[in-house]
Amino acid sequence: MVQCASARLDASFAALSDATRRGVLEQLGRAEASITDLAEKFHMTLTGMKKHVGVLERAGLVTTEKVGRVRACKLGLRGLEAEAAWIETHRQLWDARFDALDKVVEELKLREKRDGPDR
Amino acid sequence: MGQIGSEPTIQNGTMVKRESDRELVVTRTFDAPARIVFEAWTRPELFMRWWAPKSMGVPLLSCEMDVRAGGKYRLEFGQDASNAFAFFGRYIEVTPGARLVWTNDEGEDGALTTVTFEEKGSKTLLTFHELYPSKEALDEALVGMEGGMPEQFEQLDALLGSLGASVGGQ
Repeated sequence: MVQCASARLDASFAALSDATRRGVLEQLGRAEASITDLAEKFHMTLTGMKKHVGVLERAGLVTTEKVGRVRACKLGLRGLEAEAAWIETHRQLWDARFDALDKVVEELKLREKRDGPDR
Repeated sequence: MGQIGSEPTIQNGTMVKRESDRELVVTRTFDAPARIVFEAWTRPELFMRWWAPKSMGVPLLSCEMDVRAGGKYRLEFGQDASNAFAFFGRYIEVTPGARLVWTNDEGEDGALTTVTFEEKGSKTLLTFHELYPSKEALDEALVGMEGGMPEQFEQLDALLGSLGASVGGQ
């Protein structure tokens, strides 16, 4: 599923292509903040900030959580995005290894059928 | 591990799990008795045929294994001898057809690797388990080696690094 991993990366890059969104990440790198806080800080409407946070969230770079009536945002990287890519990287390697191992095992089985067990 | 009753659907595919901050677990079922799968892990000429698949991008140049408790192993990867890098360590435990435990001594952050072979009918469930000394060591495993990490991901890392995003999360 290389496509899956790279689609996620594309989403990340799209999310990072905007200066405001990069600013938001920088901000959240220092401390969690609500959408309202962020909107004020970046002199934007609440709706505008919600959109930006939505993009970051879909890319897995930010996670949000409703706390009472406030939506708190924090960095989600190293959470979903990084973890998914990390697992995928390992899975690809082991998949390829084990497919090759299947072939070796198959040969050994045939040999054993022919010659009987070694030991 | 192999509980009876609420058996999850048997997956033939490779399963990778980050069991904890410091542990990686990979499982896969093979259509052969355990002794055969074990043999493919412990005979250098066989091991060399599958440990470095083409997609890894770096061939395995040599492989030496003295498969017994206390015995050493050494793997050399590279395009040729001039740029080879080695992985090496010692076998801590060797139970033929059932279990292998080895150290990874090439760096500070080497894992302890345990491979178990469980025969289930005519098949073998293989579990590859690595315990790293720290979360960071496991985070970095595979990074910068064998092109396992897509280039974009490294770029993304660099970009986020420059944004001051905290590496390693909370």
